[in-house]
Amino acid sequence: MDQKAIEILQIIESNGRVEIPILAKMVEATEEEVKQYLLQLEKERIILSYSAVIDWTKVRNQEGVTAVIDVKVTPKRGVGFDEVAERIYRFPEVQALYLMSGAYDLSVVIESKTMSESARFVSEKLSTIDSVISTTTHFQLKKYKHDGVVFAEPDQDRRMVVSP
Amino acid sequence: MSPISLNRTSRLSDRVQEIPPSGIRRFFDLASTMENVVSLGVGEPDFTTPWKIREASISSLERGFTSYSANAGVPKLRRAICDYMETRFSVSYDPDTEVLVTVGASEAIDIGMRAILNPGDEVIIVEPTFVSYRSLVSMAGGVPVPIRTGIEDQFKVTPEQIKQAITPRTKALMICFPNNPTGSTIGREDLKQIAKLCEEHNLLVFSDEIYAELSYDEPHVSIAELDGMKDRTILISGFSKSFAMTGWRLGFVMAPPDILAAMLKIHQYTLMCAPTMAQYGAIEALENGMEDVEQMRNSYRQRRNYLVKTFAEIGLSCHSPGGAFYAFPSIQNTGFTSEEFAEKLLLEERVAVVPGHVFGEGGEGYIRCSYATSMEQLQEAMTRMGRFLTKYA
Ligand SMILES: Cc1ncc(COP(=O)(O)O)c(C=O)c1O
Repeated sequence: MDQKAIEILQIIESNGRVEIPILAKMVEATEEEVKQYLLQLEKERIILSYSAVIDWTKVRNQEGVTAVIDVKVTPKRGVGFDEVAERIYRFPEVQALYLMSGAYDLSVVIESKTMSESARFVSEKLSTIDSVISTTTHFQLKKYKHDGVVFAEPDQDRRMVVSP
Repeated sequence: MSPISLNRTSRLSDRVQEIPPSGIRRFFDLASTMENVVSLGVGEPDFTTPWKIREASISSLERGFTSYSANAGVPKLRRAICDYMETRFSVSYDPDTEVLVTVGASEAIDIGMRAILNPGDEVIIVEPTFVSYRSLVSMAGGVPVPIRTGIEDQFKVTPEQIKQAITPRTKALMICFPNNPTGSTIGREDLKQIAKLCEEHNLLVFSDEIYAELSYDEPHVSIAELDGMKDRTILISGFSKSFAMTGWRLGFVMAPPDILAAMLKIHQYTLMCAPTMAQYGAIEALENGMEDVEQMRNSYRQRRNYLVKTFAEIGLSCHSPGGAFYAFPSIQNTGFTSEEFAEKLLLEERVAVVPGHVFGEGGEGYIRCSYATSMEQLQEAMTRMGRFLTKYA
């Protein structure tokens, strides 16, 4: 992949809302070229979605719970972990799913409105899947940093307004 | 009558009184009283020092490294500086006799001048450039001899200009690239010609390369790397800009052993050594910080691209700076002096820039805009400046 494409990816990864004319200036390309790059990167599924990182705890009645569930499974002949993984990631509650090395096989991240909703997901949907051997659920208590973004208030610029 | 008042018209030294006050002060005072100011006036990185460097310094405190270091600096740091300069810029120096860790590049320039100048010795300074040089030459008893460069040569000095400025009293040439405030750099071929002149006229060269890591289009070439130049070059650099470490007050200087020994004498009587905890942070910076430098450099380059293109759109002509984090557009089409422009822009649109004349000859008619600030701030500044220019340009 060429350098400009990588630069575009880096910029929009930290701010998906950069407008195309500005992006074009930053990477010294034309607006048309930037549009082409974005189309191509989307087509190749390198850019998967443009999302915002939102601190829901600041929005009243919107805070939810996030749980990380360690899952042990029996892999199936021929399809390994992929089949069970697909069954799990199709649930809308599931925000992320990773195959892990170590003490368990799959790491499932789910978000739901309430603790009991998560409990229901684990007991009724996840553990009842055939190849699932065991689950261990961890609830997140507080988000300090997510997707590289720190959730604390940003620092003030402490530099002098004008200096040599 | 007390002996102090004998024939004294002032209690201050003439040398200090002759130095003009900083041209930026008035703006700073004005800007700092105002709300909602977007500042392009800041000459330091907007990044905080990378965490691993801060962590290394904290850890040095935890381990109790709180005493003076060797006068020339922690030996491990001097070695790290030499390794770093050799890999990055192909200059090779001896950590024991040719390197000195200073309190910022600022100290290095000061003691360098004091180490070589006798009263009346002339130092050629290529302007517009960093505000300190002239005053530091004067305070060391020397005479600054400015050469003026302009946008027509992309603020590069020609060997012809240097030749014309040389007199029998010329002791040294001061160059700074990538330059503050123009961002201009000097390529290898031009440097060779400058080097030749220095050899012909037996000049020392102060080369302030503090922005070397922030070169965007071509790799930085140090003048000390050229044949025969190491023996007449005082190479100054530091951690402030490339590692976002301005508040740490840490720089270094590399010079031939005789000059370095003279500088070390002054350093040891005035400062003893650079802060020890800062030096431990700097070791980490050199050993493991290059990825952070690259990230910051990329970010500055993108902002430069944005700024230079947008200046063209809003009607300011600006050469594309090859390094540092400043753009130096001309404001001559507005008919204002640079001071008037900066003041009006601050009062009417609340954008702070630095008027070009404070950087010396040739700076009038330009403003310095630092792009060491976030893209959001830059966009806001450009919107406001665009509005301002439609009124006056
Ligand atoms: C060209 C140049 N040299 C030296 C310095 C001072 O650097 P330090 O913080 O290392 O004293 C600056 C700071 O603005 C500069 O622009």
